[in-house]
Amino acid sequence: MTEVFDGIVVGGGIVGCACAYYLSERFPKVLLIEKGPVGGGSTAAGMGHVVVMDDSRAQFALTQYSQQLWNELFPQLEPSCEPRSTGTLWVAADEEEFSHVDGKRKLYESNGLRAEVLDTKAIREAEPHLREGLPGGLLIPGDSVIYPMTAAAWLLDQARLRGAKLLQGRAVVKMGQGKTTLDDGTTLDAHFVVNATGDRAQTLTPGLPITPRKGHLIITDRYPGYVRHQLVELGYLKSAHEMSNESVAFNAQPRATGQILLGSSRQFVGWDPGIDRNLIAKMVARATEYLPGIGSLSVIRTWVGFRATTPNSLPLIGSLQHDPATLVAAGHEGLGITTSLATGKLIADIASGVESKIDRNPFAVSVEVKS
Amino acid sequence: MPELDRFDVVVVGAGPAGLAAANAAAGFGARVALIDENELPGGQIYRASRGSISASVREVIEDLSKKSVVRFDGSTVFEAPSDGVLRLWGPRGTQDIGYRSLVLAVGGRELFLPFPGWTLPNAMGIGGLQALVKAGLDVREKRVVVAGTGPLLLAVGAYLLEHGARVPIILEQAPLKDLALFGAGLVRYPAKIGQGISLGRHIATRLRAGAWVERAEGSRAVESVTWRKGGKSFQTECDFLACAYGFVPNVELPQLLGCEIQDGFVKVDDQQLTSVKGVFCAGEPTGIGGVDLSQVEGRIAGLVAIGQDDQAEALFGKRESWKRFARSMDRAFALRHELMELSTPDTIVCRCEDVRAGDLVAWESSRTAKLQTRCGMGPCQGRICGPATQKLFGWTQGSVRPPLSPVPLSALGRPLDEIEN
Repeated sequence: MTEVFDGIVVGGGIVGCACAYYLSERFPKVLLIEKGPVGGGSTAAGMGHVVVMDDSRAQFALTQYSQQLWNELFPQLEPSCEPRSTGTLWVAADEEEFSHVDGKRKLYESNGLRAEVLDTKAIREAEPHLREGLPGGLLIPGDSVIYPMTAAAWLLDQARLRGAKLLQGRAVVKMGQGKTTLDDGTTLDAHFVVNATGDRAQTLTPGLPITPRKGHLIITDRYPGYVRHQLVELGYLKSAHEMSNESVAFNAQPRATGQILLGSSRQFVGWDPGIDRNLIAKMVARATEYLPGIGSLSVIRTWVGFRATTPNSLPLIGSLQHDPATLVAAGHEGLGITTSLATGKLIADIASGVESKIDRNPFAVSVEVKS
Repeated sequence: MPELDRFDVVVVGAGPAGLAAANAAAGFGARVALIDENELPGGQIYRASRGSISASVREVIEDLSKKSVVRFDGSTVFEAPSDGVLRLWGPRGTQDIGYRSLVLAVGGRELFLPFPGWTLPNAMGIGGLQALVKAGLDVREKRVVVAGTGPLLLAVGAYLLEHGARVPIILEQAPLKDLALFGAGLVRYPAKIGQGISLGRHIATRLRAGAWVERAEGSRAVESVTWRKGGKSFQTECDFLACAYGFVPNVELPQLLGCEIQDGFVKVDDQQLTSVKGVFCAGEPTGIGGVDLSQVEGRIAGLVAIGQDDQAEALFGKRESWKRFARSMDRAFALRHELMELSTPDTIVCRCEDVRAGDLVAWESSRTAKLQTRCGMGPCQGRICGPATQKLFGWTQGSVRPPLSPVPLSALGRPLDEIEN
């Protein structure tokens, strides 16, 4: 008699690992299948910024819920996951951007989050390497930073301690109706199967509205204290919404090692894995506008990754209408590290038929899916 | 918009292979550029001592300038932004240069195998210590243990003695019988015999064959080494430990350019041409063979790069002879398995990121280890620990990404659009 799993999770990025983590709390027989290394795809190209984002009401709810879940886990995480309370400092480039800061503050505060407006003097005190004369910014002290790859591995390790299984080195070629077919022809049975293959999710579930959006990252050598908070320009969401082929926004993160991780770029160029030197140059120029001295810091590596982008910038979390045994947890764009945990919770709620703490409707997988 | 500086032949690396290539190509009137990271051409082997330019280097420089070779000294190639273009970081900042043919003569680096204490201050590579002495480090009356494998041990041992160091022992891991066979084979290479005899008198009494360092001890720096020979351990006090296990090829720039790598070396044909059109490779990246093989390979590459195929072909026999010599060296100095088992869980493997041997045993590939422990993710980008984990765990190294070596962020700030095509 063949084994029937309660649930199979396809994909061992941080979202798949988070699904396995929460599913294994409720189901004894969970299997995660990953063809490569755990956390080796978009997870490895993520900055690891755990941030509450105010792009839309649904995004705010999902990121805030996720952040609460991360905060619950922080005391248990291995030191190698490098959880750090850096906060986020949203930097205004000009008076126009600064004029919106107070509205943003009110939004965060009305949702029970701390937020502090910094004026031109306070922002330089908070970040001495920022350009002089910036009008100010908004500090969200509750945001943090983790190391995505070790965090993904930790979530999976915990799931395995609860009895979940890992099948590594095998690719899934087909899934649906509770059946999962591997590249060696084996078919596995489960009550439900979660497609957590991120930017590749539409391969296994045709018709999902997911497009790869390429990003570049730059990392420096170690300069402890050069940057203290996760710095993001207030125009970041504008850049994220820019549906044109290419956009760049200033984003600088202090790593636990003292290194500075520099983002961010967004491009719709398919799966081209090459480094775009012109785009790197634009990122450097952008970073230099905010941190005029950063050009002299030593760079040790550049790399690229792909975000799984959806038309409304919200992840797809839910079951297929025509195939309720197939669940989707994909399309997390640039927020997958943050939103992985809430996604895992929501998937576990759906699988066990219970209500969730937040409204799941905005993330429902729509009928755009062709069978 | 700055105009792209274009050359018929660009040679990267001004060691024996690169100098031979540049001279060969320039001898026929081609416009040749020679790029090297060091302040002066010559590479490790002709490296001048501080404050003086050795006669051999002066000769090299005069020869290059007579032939109008354009030198880019103190310049690092950190990426290849488009076909036929290299990007350098050097005294004039970021610079792009164009080539019709490219000769990669980027040399090799020392192989380090981790053992307890190998990262202590004053423990370093053999070539590394020699370079420091050339740069002004005073080793007079210092006790230096030289250890590892290969002919460099004896050469540097002799060099250190000449510079006033005391060299209590030289530990060669290869067994005496293999060394003897190798020595007998030298009869076919008269030039090498001369070198062998002059070295022999100084160091014969110090050489211990079939012996290797088990660990280095010391609180703030190396104070002693424990070494093994014939099933017994011995301890020797010292102020410096110079230890390396031969050379590994620098294949990062060839890899970045898309050259095919076979068994860890750049694959080349008879004419030293790589799998990429117009890109040649000579010297250690194509196989560790030493100065003579590097020179003849460099010369062949330089000649073919300017279309002098017949002249190049005349050198094939000479190259084959030095290749035989290289193969006999490989056999004589093959690494013993005990060297792969010296590290304890506590021994650092990746110096840049402080990753210890015990952190690595759980992972199945360099990629997973990198993702989970940062092994190989530091400023050297796995140049040191990559070859070690390959020997220790059989891991192959992943892809190469720009910048090839650390450069200031501003160096990446120059858009490609500025290259005029």
